[in-house]
Amino acid sequence: MSLLWGLNREVNERLKHLELPFNRFGVDKYGVSRRHLRPGIVALTWLYRNYFDVHVHGIHHVPGRGRAMLVGNHSGGVALDAAVVATSMFWEKDPPRLAQGMAEKFMAKVPFFSSWTHRWGQFTGLPEHAEQLLRDDRLLMVFPEGARGTQKLYSERHSLVRFGTGFVRLALKTKSPIVPLAFLGGGEAIPTIYNSKRLGKILGAPYVPVTPYGLTLPLPVRLDVIYSEPMVFAGHGNEEDEVIFGYVDEVKARVASLIEEGRRLRRQR
Amino acid sequence: MRVLIAGISGVLGRMVAVTLSERGHTVVGIDKRRFPDAPEDIEIHHVDLRKRAAEDVFRRFRPEAVIHMATVSHFAARTHEERYRINLGGTRAVFDHCVSYGAGQCLFIGRHTYYGAAPDAPLYHSEAEPPMGLASFPELADLVSADLYAGSALWRFPQLDTAVMRMCYTLGPSGHGTLATFLRGPRVPVILGFDPLFQFMHELDVVNAIVAAFDARLRGVFNVAGPQPVPLSVVVRETGRRKVALPEFVFASSLGRFGLPRLPKGALDHIKYPIVMDSTPFREASGFSPRIDEVQAMHEYKQAYPVGEPFPPSSTRSPKTSYGSSSPSSGGSGGGKSPSPHASTETSPTDRSP
Repeated sequence: MSLLWGLNREVNERLKHLELPFNRFGVDKYGVSRRHLRPGIVALTWLYRNYFDVHVHGIHHVPGRGRAMLVGNHSGGVALDAAVVATSMFWEKDPPRLAQGMAEKFMAKVPFFSSWTHRWGQFTGLPEHAEQLLRDDRLLMVFPEGARGTQKLYSERHSLVRFGTGFVRLALKTKSPIVPLAFLGGGEAIPTIYNSKRLGKILGAPYVPVTPYGLTLPLPVRLDVIYSEPMVFAGHGNEEDEVIFGYVDEVKARVASLIEEGRRLRRQR
Repeated sequence: MRVLIAGISGVLGRMVAVTLSERGHTVVGIDKRRFPDAPEDIEIHHVDLRKRAAEDVFRRFRPEAVIHMATVSHFAARTHEERYRINLGGTRAVFDHCVSYGAGQCLFIGRHTYYGAAPDAPLYHSEAEPPMGLASFPELADLVSADLYAGSALWRFPQLDTAVMRMCYTLGPSGHGTLATFLRGPRVPVILGFDPLFQFMHELDVVNAIVAAFDARLRGVFNVAGPQPVPLSVVVRETGRRKVALPEFVFASSLGRFGLPRLPKGALDHIKYPIVMDSTPFREASGFSPRIDEVQAMHEYKQAYPVGEPFPPSSTRSPKTSYGSSSPSSGGSGGGKSPSPHASTETSPTDRSP
């Protein structure tokens, strides 16, 4: 209990250094709430420090201020990757940064989940939201594999599926640097053997990952997050598809190389 | 300048009229309702905007500018046909008379509910977005149509400087508007598990925004919003109320009973999901900037309408028209019901409640 109290105090102290334009109620223009962030970060921090064995590499590549896109691979059947990346931004960056992700549309319809994700700055995945956040110099988390990426099975955990192209057009339009990242260990944490769409339909989600032990609870494993130096592309966002595909391939190749680097690091332990 | 205000007897209409009159304009109003304590230099015509008598006012007065505030929301006890006649018939009459009698400027005061509330709607709507909420809330169709019809004047009547102003909610000591009415009881019903952002501005800022658009002679469609939005739970708390969170199915099945208003199902989306607008183009074009922040607006409302005291009807409220210390109105009687923020308690054909 005292551990939790101490952690709560530590989170509180760090939240004071979060550079967001909160009003007198501790709420920003998007509804991100300092009061609501606290319990979420406390819970994630406990998992980050005590449950998982998290290793973060290259955090200095993430800009300390200003707009940027963290672009990475999906790993794990649920949003474990986003949660760990966001927690690393809060604890490993100084001052801390709030990484804001783009959530699946169905989440906005789910009671409690809807309001809490908004209070934590995780909005429905709409191009309008992404552009607004970047124009407001926020740190955006993007997983261009989309839902296809979270459906990867255990055997596919180190692979990359097709990347969408919208993120590159957005980066060009908003003049935002892309910080590629690789997340490893999600497949081991949630070793998906099957995605049940029928169960998902019952729960109002696109699918539910099924593990050998039945539950979708993550196992306490090693997780690695590797950030790479920012990639900056010149353009305005309305380029021909061939140009955009080229940029997307460059980012995808960088993420793939980071995954290989991560696998090497994990073998060396 | 000669200014005609349609819907002058509403709380905001009165405030705009007094402000323009004090600034030296000659103001004439059309409204079927009374304008209590109207200044002597403001001429009021108690006629129906859609009838010949209203056209006579245009013909005789020959306004140089018209401010159209005479639309009604869906909640008033009216039929679909009546709402369509008022909102579309009235708006058509205003623009036709503007053109026939040589007005050079027309402001249409619309609502931010044009955009609708939905789980997949973006925050900070831009003026370019279509009205996406009609599928779930068809009762808004007449207001949305009036907004689009008013916007069509931009190409139909190029000689007329038309500005369509999509206003966010109003909150302040006059107790005017649908959000103020929603908050009037000591307990405010909300939907369990949802806490949308609410965007509102103080009534003095609403008036100043309309006057700024008038002064700048704006042309185009503009979102008009004030300070940053806050979650509904904060609005309830800071106005001294208590929220009563009901599961959606309980809320939906209780509509029209237990003190809850009779509302279309689509109205529930407006207390589940936010409608938040980006008003940067309006601020840049008009130079408007709100002077009262969200905290002061909520606190002035709380001070004017403390919990436990009856909520007076709008006709007895005396809005102030300039910034300064608030003077809470009193008197009259009101119910403890809390309708949806999109409900309007006014019943005159010339009401509007952003």
